[in-house]
Amino acid sequence: MSVAFSETGRAEFERLLTRYPDRKAVILPALHLAQKEFGYVSDEAIAYIAGLVGTSPAEIEGVATFYTMYNRKPVGKYHVQICRNISCSLLGAEHLIAHVEMKLGVKPGETTPDGKFTLSLAECLGSCGTAPVMQVNDDYHENLTVESIDRILDQLP
Amino acid sequence: METVLTTHFFDERYRRMDTYRQYGGYAALKKAFAMDPGQIIDEVKKANLRGRGGAGFPAGVKWGFLPKDLSRPRVLVINADEGEPGTFKDRVIMTRGPHLLIEGIVISCFALRAHACWIYIRGEFVREARIVDEAVAEAYAAGFLGKNIMGSGFDLDVTVHRGAGAYICGEETSLINSLEGKRGWPRLKPPFPASVGAFGLPTIVNNVETIADIPWIVTHGGETFAALGVEKNGGTRLIGVSGAVNRPGVYELSAGVNLKEIIYHHAGGIKDGKELKAVIPGGSSTPVLRPDEIDVSYDIESMAKIGTMAGSGGVIVIPEGTCMVRSLSVLMNFYAHESCGQCTPCREGTGWLKKIVGRIEAGKGREGDVELILDLCDNMMGRTICPLADAAAMPAQSFIWKFREEFNRHIGEQKCPYGNRF
Repeated sequence: MSVAFSETGRAEFERLLTRYPDRKAVILPALHLAQKEFGYVSDEAIAYIAGLVGTSPAEIEGVATFYTMYNRKPVGKYHVQICRNISCSLLGAEHLIAHVEMKLGVKPGETTPDGKFTLSLAECLGSCGTAPVMQVNDDYHENLTVESIDRILDQLP
Repeated sequence: METVLTTHFFDERYRRMDTYRQYGGYAALKKAFAMDPGQIIDEVKKANLRGRGGAGFPAGVKWGFLPKDLSRPRVLVINADEGEPGTFKDRVIMTRGPHLLIEGIVISCFALRAHACWIYIRGEFVREARIVDEAVAEAYAAGFLGKNIMGSGFDLDVTVHRGAGAYICGEETSLINSLEGKRGWPRLKPPFPASVGAFGLPTIVNNVETIADIPWIVTHGGETFAALGVEKNGGTRLIGVSGAVNRPGVYELSAGVNLKEIIYHHAGGIKDGKELKAVIPGGSSTPVLRPDEIDVSYDIESMAKIGTMAGSGGVIVIPEGTCMVRSLSVLMNFYAHESCGQCTPCREGTGWLKKIVGRIEAGKGREGDVELILDLCDNMMGRTICPLADAAAMPAQSFIWKFREEFNRHIGEQKCPYGNRF
């Protein structure tokens, strides 16, 4: 099944092309755009971007798989990523991760059966002064406790 | 004491152009346009401004590496790929004072005779990228970016570029490859970016904080900036304190502040009244210190003298009762995950470090594992294209050198004495 950017997505892609001296430099932003519009970076999305940029799908896939943020498989409506690096670990991240695993009934890398949550562990999110930290889709949540995680996850529609 | 960057950060509106200008913003740019580009570079050299990304290279000297001939366009790339565990300072500049960065970019590009700049922001910083993007749009609208800036005849385009999740892209040649739409693989040097960098053009890559210091240097002069710090280390630094302290956060302090004072005075001492066990002083890659070693000036040379680094300014505080093997295991997982896989000593070495430290923590350590780790580190350091292998080996070595008895105890008792938890 082929995919294509929306009208605004296409306009954004065209704008991106004007910001770099080389067409290939739009590959990362185009992959972000694809993930935003299609939910994840599917094989079809890779072929589509390859066509727009003028290179092979293999090259796009090689780039896409290098970076952790491009999801090559569908993820839940909310992608919950909990930092497990040192500053967060020192302030209880392991306990929070175990709590969320129990609460959602999934292990890292898994999605809840209703498709609402995907749980992942993240390496340092760059917010160590307000550890422990998690990212849900685009948003950071800082100074986490079991109570605040419950509140945040329970409130998501 | 005098602050360079954070003076107005208390004001939420400071991120907007009009408030930034009310506080005197963009006056430095006007002053810079009346100067000769060479004069600006001289002031930056006099300022003893050291790169704030971690390596601490003198910024003015780096700028001097650009080729003299102007036939090829040169570009500036801002490294906002803040990813060194324990480091969270550039994020504060981007959210609280994005125009400091943009004004610094325009002045720097004018000095370097560059007409294009990309700000490479780590992908996870969605909000930060949006705030910087809005500030860039404001700067275009106000005529501080684009064509003929403030009637100077100088043109400059700035573009915000988002990364996509890869620690290695903080290494400047990896960042350049990533900006070009490639895998973030570090490049062999030479050629150095100053001669062949982004898109094949002469390129300077500078950290956010380094560039955000530039307007103040132009306003007050390089010598005044230098005097805020200590010998060879001019100005202030944004120091992020995380882990077990009462007041974690980012503090703007003299580049020669005492490390013990950072932890006990500024960050309020150890959380829950505990004793200090260890300090990782400059981001997760920097060799760990014991409590009896931290009465030291945080400048680059003093830290080097005691075998560690001020790095990217991320002080990680480890309290008593913490398992050092488990702490190292967390770090080794990180480096194994982030090795780009290009060089064998790093790809294999980080994997083995993760495995061996992990098994010691799991109570399955073998006789000779500690020596094996040290031997591995010897075979990693200095043997790869970029410093990621060193970044993994330095904590491994130093954790063993300074807390060897804990590793031995794990192996001897075949269990974690701390109960496999933090």
